[in-house]
Amino acid sequence: MTVIGWLQIILFCVIIVALTKPLGWYMTRVFNGEKTLLSPVLRPIEAGIYWVSGVDEKREQHWLTYTVAMLLFHVGGFLVIYGVMRLQAVLPFNPAAQGAVAEDLSFNTAVSFITNTNWQNYGGESTLSYLVQMLGLTHQNFLSAATGIALAVALIRGFSRASMRTVGNFWVDVTRCTLYVLLPICVVYSLFLVWQGMPQTLGDYVEATTLEGAKQTIAVGPVASQVAIKMLGTNGGGFFNANAAHPFENPTALSNFVQMLSIFALGAALTNVFGRMVGNQRQGWAILSVMGVLFIAGVTVTYWAEAHGTSMLQALGLTGGNMEGKEVRFGVVASALFAVITTAASCGAVNAMHDSFTALGGMIPLINIELGEIVVGGVGAGMYGMLLFVILAIFVAGLMVGRTPEYVGKKIEAREVKMAMLAILVLPLMILGWTAVGVVYPAAVASMANAGPHGFTEVLYAYTSGTGNNGSAFAGLTGNTFFYNLTLACAMFVGRFFMIVPAMAIAGSLAGKKSIPPSTGTFPTTGGLFVGLVVGVILIMGGLTFFPALALGPIVEHLAMNAGNLF
Amino acid sequence: MLREIRPAIVLLLVLTAITGLAYPLAMTGIAGALFPAKAQGSLIEKDGKVIGSALIGQEFKDDKYFHGRPSATVAPDPDDSTKTVSAPYNAANSGGSNLGPTSKALADRLKEDVDKLKAENPNAAVPVDLVTTSASGLDPDISPEGAQFQVPRVAKARNMSEDQLKQLVASNTEGRWLGLLGEPRVNVLALNLALDRAAAK
Repeated sequence: MTVIGWLQIILFCVIIVALTKPLGWYMTRVFNGEKTLLSPVLRPIEAGIYWVSGVDEKREQHWLTYTVAMLLFHVGGFLVIYGVMRLQAVLPFNPAAQGAVAEDLSFNTAVSFITNTNWQNYGGESTLSYLVQMLGLTHQNFLSAATGIALAVALIRGFSRASMRTVGNFWVDVTRCTLYVLLPICVVYSLFLVWQGMPQTLGDYVEATTLEGAKQTIAVGPVASQVAIKMLGTNGGGFFNANAAHPFENPTALSNFVQMLSIFALGAALTNVFGRMVGNQRQGWAILSVMGVLFIAGVTVTYWAEAHGTSMLQALGLTGGNMEGKEVRFGVVASALFAVITTAASCGAVNAMHDSFTALGGMIPLINIELGEIVVGGVGAGMYGMLLFVILAIFVAGLMVGRTPEYVGKKIEAREVKMAMLAILVLPLMILGWTAVGVVYPAAVASMANAGPHGFTEVLYAYTSGTGNNGSAFAGLTGNTFFYNLTLACAMFVGRFFMIVPAMAIAGSLAGKKSIPPSTGTFPTTGGLFVGLVVGVILIMGGLTFFPALALGPIVEHLAMNAGNLF
Repeated sequence: MLREIRPAIVLLLVLTAITGLAYPLAMTGIAGALFPAKAQGSLIEKDGKVIGSALIGQEFKDDKYFHGRPSATVAPDPDDSTKTVSAPYNAANSGGSNLGPTSKALADRLKEDVDKLKAENPNAAVPVDLVTTSASGLDPDISPEGAQFQVPRVAKARNMSEDQLKQLVASNTEGRWLGLLGEPRVNVLALNLALDRAAAK
């Protein structure tokens, strides 16, 4: 580890904290329906959209209607992606003449994109036409991100409202999020990315004759417009197979740094939106502190492990850290930092191959997802995931002192705790359940690329990533098989929607409750004790659930590596 | 609930048109006007022919050129489309080796490559980036140490002085952004083009 490495990490954290407040201020205005700087331009478009689609923006929805609207929206989104993938051979913008995508792969990819997972069983440049990249993937990158944010805002409204039956209007939240938050940032952001060297063209793949006279086909495409939303919306599905490690998808150290910032920016800002909406910004900062503690711990371990390298590198006298599967322009520190960020949020973009990380360096991304991606998290998903853990932590605190727990003026009762548990139990059910199947079912075992404990970790990582809607991979695993296409789609679907429905039930139940003013017996939720308690609950829950699986994978591999065992 | 069906269809179509067509097409137009060369992929032409992209690594095997990092990219096997064959620097199918820290295949490959480089230049420590594959398989860069390591070989193949080559490497070394972000690096294609020019003088 070097001083300049840590300076990059610290600079990243400082900028994120600095962005949280202004972005939170802006987003709060957007979701409260107030005027913003962009209203003169965007308001007519917004009103027009409501008019053609028959949305009455004044009419709010019950939590159940809100959820059903969200689900209907996703049925449509699924059909659009599945349709363009199956039909890409006969549709325009297909200069590389890609054939129709297979049924199971199209199904997997469609589920993957509507759930904001963006798992890559597809190969990007070798599978998809430009039209699919734009109409299928870019569009769903926007809408699944807008949906996540809308749901988080609905849950926040549950906390901030009192004695109300409604939690907002899904159509209005999604439209406003897309028009006022995501699109304007992406327009500027994608131009920045092109300036850094990212292609943005509809032209053919380039045929080059290299300096030594060999033929090289260079895949290009409308990359920048997709990468901007892929990062900002914590989607993470790559334009190219190698994702953000591809020089066209991440040309410079600066583009890499800005991409990392954009993964965290909206998720961090949502903590501030929460604080503002419940009337005390310190509530938001307390949540961001919980995230910060877990984040710094993760970065420290991964950076140390990757800088330290592996015993096989050391045996050959190779210094400079574990560079297998990493790019020179990023080096060890920016690769380690990126890996922790992308899994702390549910982004899943990668600028280095996690499969080639050291055992401990690769374990942190795994743990990040297994804890529920609540460290900033996916846009929206991280916020409602974190609030579920907060409910549990408050419940535990209430048990200790024998009082009905309260949080930001709302009594937390049996219904909320049950729903929170229901949502959180989805993680072990899907992750551990499917991993158990994946390591014994012969067709699945054949997909492992590495032998020994590392092969187990590949399978564990796949279902962890799918269930957590992350999308990063230990990419050696051959995921594009019938078995993995279907089972991962199942994990992604359950991991997304079986978490959302209980969270929305909590939103509805909280919105209907009276708001009670804090008394002397109220547990303060803005201080260090609260932060410590939430961190503790998250680690104990995650630890108890996943430690045995981690012991079989990365931990035993680390011990084997130190003992000089190879597989 | 029934009244949610119309927005579910119409709003989806409208937002799809905006985000999936209008936005990427508009960005293509604007980017093409503002940064035409970069939007096309930063292509490099020599004598009117495209020889590659400034951002995409290409394979160098000849002793008279500096070599890039090993690449793990593959291509479909022409004899059996269900299989793949090694195809270094295949810029139409990026990817890494995905070999883990206890992989025997990785250990064997590293040993073989280290031995080869040691034979080529016994006087310097082998830089780690010259024997490890990159994540994309298309890494355009090597570390400055990785370039300096190859100077004796290139000097011998070209009959040029080592000092001249060392200078060439130094002048093609790009530092950290603002002295802070990323790592120092040498773009192999740019270095080799500069090398050809220097040799022609």
